[in-house]
Amino acid sequence: MQVRQDWKPKIVAFCCNWCSYAGADLAGSSRRSYPADVKIIRVPCSCRVNPLFILRAFQRGADGVIICGCHPGDCHYTSGNYYARRRMTLLFKMLEYLGIEKGRTRVEWVSAAEGAKFSSVMNDFVQTVTALGENVKLEDLRCKEPLN
Amino acid sequence: MQGTAQLILERARELMQSGQIQRVLGWEKGEFEHDPTPAFFESEEELQNFCYNDYCGANLSKYLIAASKLEGKTLVCIKPCDSYSLNQLITEHRVNREKVFVLAVPCPGMLDPVKTEGKDLSQGERKDYLLDKCLCCKGAEHKIADETIEGPSLDLAPEDRFAQVRELEALSPQERFDFWRGELSRCIRCNACRNVCPACSCVKCVFDNPNSGVSSKASADDFEENMFHIIRAFHVAGRCTDCGECSRVCPQRIPLHLLNRKFIADIDELYGEYQAGEEAEQRSPLVNYQTTDKEPSDALKGRG
Ligand code: SF4
Ligand code: SF4
Ligand code: FES
Repeated sequence: MQVRQDWKPKIVAFCCNWCSYAGADLAGSSRRSYPADVKIIRVPCSCRVNPLFILRAFQRGADGVIICGCHPGDCHYTSGNYYARRRMTLLFKMLEYLGIEKGRTRVEWVSAAEGAKFSSVMNDFVQTVTALGENVKLEDLRCKEPLN
Repeated sequence: MQGTAQLILERARELMQSGQIQRVLGWEKGEFEHDPTPAFFESEEELQNFCYNDYCGANLSKYLIAASKLEGKTLVCIKPCDSYSLNQLITEHRVNREKVFVLAVPCPGMLDPVKTEGKDLSQGERKDYLLDKCLCCKGAEHKIADETIEGPSLDLAPEDRFAQVRELEALSPQERFDFWRGELSRCIRCNACRNVCPACSCVKCVFDNPNSGVSSKASADDFEENMFHIIRAFHVAGRCTDCGECSRVCPQRIPLHLLNRKFIADIDELYGEYQAGEEAEQRSPLVNYQTTDKEPSDALKGRG
């Protein structure tokens, strides 16, 4: 198999509007860096993330997917992240059961005041996914760029 | 079996004559002994084709969604395992309890036509010919009933339904991936598993939406099969009663119960033992939470 020379992982980060997205903003304005390979998708609340979103991200070529929301107890909608926590736990355990490396999925709680945490979480996640290499188990070949 | 069928018929006729029920939901004789089909019987004349034999494994509860919209009451024959599905459907307001007369029927364990094909049933034990779902029988007790017909029940110590899940969990990620690729790649996307599932009762299903990316009948790519099965199992997680219908109807004999039971095992372990359909009006673990629930990262600790 041909290996792409300059391979960098594609990471999709679902960030809730009220905490984590603001946390990403703060990371930016306080000049904390995180890899450009992280593509942020803003969602109203962590519980807006439908499992299909995650699978579709993998299908379209993501190598890792991370969901960030307000800390438990701080959800703007009171309890959204509690539901999300159960759903994501079960979904990620299922993906692991199907043989998908569990390092490719993660849930983190990042508040609007945690710019530094946001950047360290993203750096760490990108590192983990880079070590795992390209996601070949959940990709859809039709969505891949041709190799040359 | 003959006796039970007779008792059901007698009672159904009486209730029909007295006008308490409008129709009967049961099984209709097929061409062969091994292919009875679920059917509605609107009159005593039609009831002549009624049957209840060793091959009535089909769970009738889902047909009550349609029957709830009809005039009058429907008498339904419910086996012990089907009663869980019916409770779940009532909880989800898909079946109108007022419109159903639940006739609880005894079940001696149902046979699998694939296992009995070309076999002489007097050889070997009944256990060897039972449907897989019957090997993990939930017991002879009905969880919902208006009236009960007495009769012989399955006399068998149920197998541990999580044994295979544990075996799979003990494999390496690559082995698990290969196992599931091998199983799921046989899927022909006939949608039979979805259509039969009492928990899959949405009027508009995501798999019928051409924009969902998982609606195609013939999957063009490995991924679609994965996605279909993960999403389907996830959508019924916490509501699946483990009735075993999906695995029973799959023409490709894909062990779909191993996906559902994984969710059940995880739910039991993380959020407390839960049996969907045990009683009506329970709150499913996925529409519920505790502030002290485990963090995903902790729940995923351990094996690689
Ligand atoms: S019944 Fe079997 S073959 Fe048909 S869609 Fe379901 S898993 Fe695939
Ligand atoms: S997923 Fe399968 S076992 Fe679960 S309720 Fe549906 S048909 Fe029954
Ligand atoms: S609003 Fe942030 S998790 Fe609900």
